[in-house]
Amino acid sequence: MSEALTKPTAQIVPGGASKSLRHESARMHVSGSAAYIDDLPEPQGLLHVVPGLSTKAHARIVSMDLEAVRAVPGVVCVLTAADIPGDNQVSAVGKGDEPLLADGEVSFYGQPIFIVVAESRGVARRAAKLAKIEYEERSAVLNIAQAREAGGVLVWRPLVMSRGDVETGLAAAPRRLSGQVTVGGQEHFYLEGQAALAQPGEEGEMRVWSSTQHPTETQHMVAHCLHVRSNLVTVEVRRMGGAFGGKESQANTPACLAAIAAHVTGQAAKMRLDRDDDMMMTGKRHDFVIDYEVGFDDAGSILAVDMALAARCGWAADLSGPVVDRALFHADNAYFYPDVRFKSEPLKTNTQSNTAYRGFGGPQGIVAAERVIEEVAFATGLDPLDVRVRNVYGTGTRNITPYHMTVEDSIAAEIMTQLAGRCDYRQRRQALRGANKSSPFIKRGIALTPVKFGISFTATHYNQAGALVHVYTDGSVQVNHGGTEMGQGLHTKMVQIAMREFGLTEDRVRITATTTGKVPNTSATAASSGADLNGMAVLDAVQKIKARLVSFAAEHWQVPEESVQFLPDGVQVGEQIISFPELTKAAYFARVSLSANGFYKTPKISWNPATGRGRPFYYFAYGAACAEVAIDLLTGENRIERVDILHDAGQSLNPAIDIGQIEGGFVQGAGWLTMEELVWDDTGRLRTHAPSTYKIPACSDRPRIFNVALLENSPNQEATIFRSKAVGEPPFVHGVAVLQAISDALASLNDYQTCPQLDAPATPEQILRTAERMRQQAAH
Amino acid sequence: MRESIRFYLGNVRHEVSGFSPTRTVLDWLREDRRRTGTKEGCNEGDCGACTVLVVRLEGDTLVWRAVNACIQFLWMLDGAQLFTVEDLRSPDGALNPVQQAMVDLHGAQCGFCTPGFVMSMVAYCKTPGASMEDEAINTALAGNLCRCTGYAPIVRAMKQALTKPGDALDTQTEAIKIRLKALADGQTVEIAGPEGRVTLPASADALAAAYQADPQATLVAGATDVGLWVTKGLRTLPHLISVGLVPDLHKIESTPEGLRIGAAVTYTEAKEPIAALLPDAGEIIRRIGSTQVRNAGTVCGNIGNGSPIGDGPPLLIAAGAVLKLRCGEAHRSLPLEEYFLAYGKQDRQPGEFIESVVIPQPQPGTVFRAYKISKRFDQDISAVLGAFSLVFDDAGRIATARIAFGGMAATPKRAHATEAALQGQFWTETTVKAAQDAMKADFAPISDMRSSAWYRQTVAVNLLTRLFVETAPEHTGTETRLAGWKEQAHV
Repeated sequence: MSEALTKPTAQIVPGGASKSLRHESARMHVSGSAAYIDDLPEPQGLLHVVPGLSTKAHARIVSMDLEAVRAVPGVVCVLTAADIPGDNQVSAVGKGDEPLLADGEVSFYGQPIFIVVAESRGVARRAAKLAKIEYEERSAVLNIAQAREAGGVLVWRPLVMSRGDVETGLAAAPRRLSGQVTVGGQEHFYLEGQAALAQPGEEGEMRVWSSTQHPTETQHMVAHCLHVRSNLVTVEVRRMGGAFGGKESQANTPACLAAIAAHVTGQAAKMRLDRDDDMMMTGKRHDFVIDYEVGFDDAGSILAVDMALAARCGWAADLSGPVVDRALFHADNAYFYPDVRFKSEPLKTNTQSNTAYRGFGGPQGIVAAERVIEEVAFATGLDPLDVRVRNVYGTGTRNITPYHMTVEDSIAAEIMTQLAGRCDYRQRRQALRGANKSSPFIKRGIALTPVKFGISFTATHYNQAGALVHVYTDGSVQVNHGGTEMGQGLHTKMVQIAMREFGLTEDRVRITATTTGKVPNTSATAASSGADLNGMAVLDAVQKIKARLVSFAAEHWQVPEESVQFLPDGVQVGEQIISFPELTKAAYFARVSLSANGFYKTPKISWNPATGRGRPFYYFAYGAACAEVAIDLLTGENRIERVDILHDAGQSLNPAIDIGQIEGGFVQGAGWLTMEELVWDDTGRLRTHAPSTYKIPACSDRPRIFNVALLENSPNQEATIFRSKAVGEPPFVHGVAVLQAISDALASLNDYQTCPQLDAPATPEQILRTAERMRQQAAH
Repeated sequence: MRESIRFYLGNVRHEVSGFSPTRTVLDWLREDRRRTGTKEGCNEGDCGACTVLVVRLEGDTLVWRAVNACIQFLWMLDGAQLFTVEDLRSPDGALNPVQQAMVDLHGAQCGFCTPGFVMSMVAYCKTPGASMEDEAINTALAGNLCRCTGYAPIVRAMKQALTKPGDALDTQTEAIKIRLKALADGQTVEIAGPEGRVTLPASADALAAAYQADPQATLVAGATDVGLWVTKGLRTLPHLISVGLVPDLHKIESTPEGLRIGAAVTYTEAKEPIAALLPDAGEIIRRIGSTQVRNAGTVCGNIGNGSPIGDGPPLLIAAGAVLKLRCGEAHRSLPLEEYFLAYGKQDRQPGEFIESVVIPQPQPGTVFRAYKISKRFDQDISAVLGAFSLVFDDAGRIATARIAFGGMAATPKRAHATEAALQGQFWTETTVKAAQDAMKADFAPISDMRSSAWYRQTVAVNLLTRLFVETAPEHTGTETRLAGWKEQAHV
């Protein structure tokens, strides 16, 4: 273990890594001066790009009459697939199944067919509506059931994970049951919609400011679409107004379309999607239908699990392959299944191409795992918490996952037990059940669920990162790295790493926009990996500079290298303290390089999807949530009354930011499983394409009592950046406790004798329907 | 007659003419002024990222209101002072207490919704008697969506800011009053722009004349609906006539007929007077739109647009409200339910406009309850809204029943069969059952993205159970509602 990873916190400069520090942009955020793409100064002659969208779910384009569009004063040009100079292709996984603009055929309602380039956005929007497109409709499959009926075309290879012999395990189990759970999709609803600004430069250069989580991929896509080499395209992003996975691959389309418009016209061009167009065009979280069969015994021990996980992937592969794989990776959640088999079914449908969304399929798998627990609990009459604790991964035995990775750090049981004690789970559960007896209409429920979330990209090559750190002669520092800031506080954490290492205060360290011109060949800021990967790369760069400074100082002041230390109040050089600016200035005059790049690749990991074996994850992040809810049996209305969360962020890089991720992740997860409902009509048109119809949680939907704590004294067992753990996605899963608590409240209807089998999202209607079904079951 | 509008942006006076009547405040700020602190999140008044603060002088009082700039037309600023997030710092550069609290307590993550939140929070701090209660803060912030934080740190910041003495804007109160007083010239304004014109009549008489002269014109009060015709429907509206800025329609009066609410009265202004008559109606109004929407949207506009899912009409129909219409010099009254003829069709003649709606004083023995059922409690359009007014006689029989629903038909509609089943009956479980059976004849709702026909029908029937349990003495103490703010209604 290196010295850097174990420094006592007393020696850390205020706000340095492992301590709380406000977001690096906080003062700009609250003042309105933090610039997003549409806020950037507009280049002279800027043109605006608006897409024309398909109004059929699946059809051949018979003819396109765009004359009326072109005729609108202010319209500069109208571009179609034929006008794309390079590849008409934006498949993020190289599958070649995702044309940027529809070419002869449309595959979903909302697919871009052409773009209007105009002097104003208003003109372009109105002109786009004037297109006359003649379609010849083809049969469309809109959901999982229809896709299966039509033969089950897949967008990606199915994955099978198995360990042991599930058939034998199920047959030998004293008890077995089977069922199905439906889990809805989710719109990202990043507050800043998709946006990109492209400015042509010399000899085919293109600079693109894009609200993207993946500048490198955006760079590649723009280069391919323009048919130029990557070295002509620079993509930059200072910050995004939210992303949540929705700007991992989905940001490429607006960036490419803006770049094509800029290329064709020779003028700067901006594409900022209207919210409705954004929701109609872009992919969302995958909805799943999951069939399960479980073998267990009367003590609540799970003996075998067989699951088939089918997902609505939409019209193109996009990231569906790894998303659906990750659902399988998490269909065990924190539990050991002695005999197990998971199968995936990534189905093609004529809907938006579903994509990355915080958790990346993992949460859907976990919902199924927790349904299985619930089924076993109702079947055995045990408290679900007891079933959970009983089946959790062990530390020496019972620790092999369905993908044959050994779980080396299982702390789920400890966290659940600790949380149950802290929030009086047992007493409250008993009290609620008593109170429900005398409350005929309002019922309350409680549930405590764990999360175990695998950290690393399952595409192993993505687990690398770069950084570029400059020290200037006045002792100020500029940090750049390959990760992007979407609100998660990544840039803040990167600044904190440099602060801690150099012993500098916040005002001395500046983060700059992420650009492919400074750090190339980066990975998406995704899979919760941003701080893990880029943090180590920043540390690497900083340590290179530090090593040079140490060696210089030792020689210059004639002291041993061991006596040079970077402290909060300056650099200790032998007996004296030299200020950091003084040291850097002296080093400069001595011709010491004060700039370094850093690099990191995650050790230990590997994954082979062909065999279903490997160690795809460097480590796991854990946590548990206890939710108490109330439901109204007359209307299905529901409310979260109280939530307690205990979460494992390792040795947190910034406790304040991590608690923010947990609070926000929980509410987003709870929204997914309760009020957020995507509705398509029979023609494949999304009917919930704006916040007027698609409801994300509002202020009053947060829990009335909301206690969030970080697990203490639990540094990461692996040598991650300052022993922290990734925190972006895992807390999203805590929303599952809400679904389970609503189910517990519903179970009161049949005196807790049967599993309510509540599907998600648990909208008021879903709750009322489930109550109705339970009453009918009881009557039979 | 004036041919320009006059207002202040920050402390700078603007006089603007020749613009499109559908130019929004947001586009003017972002595109013309390049004031980009105010964000566009949805362009339909739902997310609140574009929240700005509009100050008006009413009598001798400054009234600060948060509104959604995306669905406010520029001309609606006539006579007002507009503040955006860029105006909040004090002259020495110090952050406003709300901004400082948001920084201190980690209230921003991605930061995109933040300026809108900050403006709503500043507006709330300026609300007389602003409460520290969670429920009140939730209501103040219901129109601002945040996808990152889960709201907890924002509410903490709100509470911290409420403990601070005031901000730099408060020191300008007198200066603002003087400015705004100087802008009020009592003139009708007529703006001609490239895509049409807008008339801001100085009086109800001027409005009547203008509308009679051009019955094809579009009347606009708060633009919380018409704004979307423009931002989402991309419609050009050749002639707008303002109702919302007509001073003599901006009145709430107690009359012998009842509470008279003028056509320019916003939901925010009407909420307390209506709640004083009918507490449950006040609680429903608290959940109509959001603070920003209620600050702009009017009670009469909610009637005028004839929507089958507006929450105001069923409430007012159950309360027995009467609509006052005017066409030129001709005035007429009609029971509110008769105004709604069919989907998209109302009993309003060319050139005729709503002057006011009158809510009668409830008779002694009236029980009034209203229930709004939606996917999300706050700022959501109702799947079903049920409003019930029962008048009991001395013997305990139901003398009259007026029941109206929204979301159950193509118009806001009374439940006549249900009412008939209740009339003259004692308030018992048997009566309720009979009324519930009768209700099935009243409605044949549709399925849409908000809910299925089955859900609407089931809930409508169940709401009678809720009504009974809440009002029958034998059920006293039974919990019946998850939504609602206890101080505001029968919760």
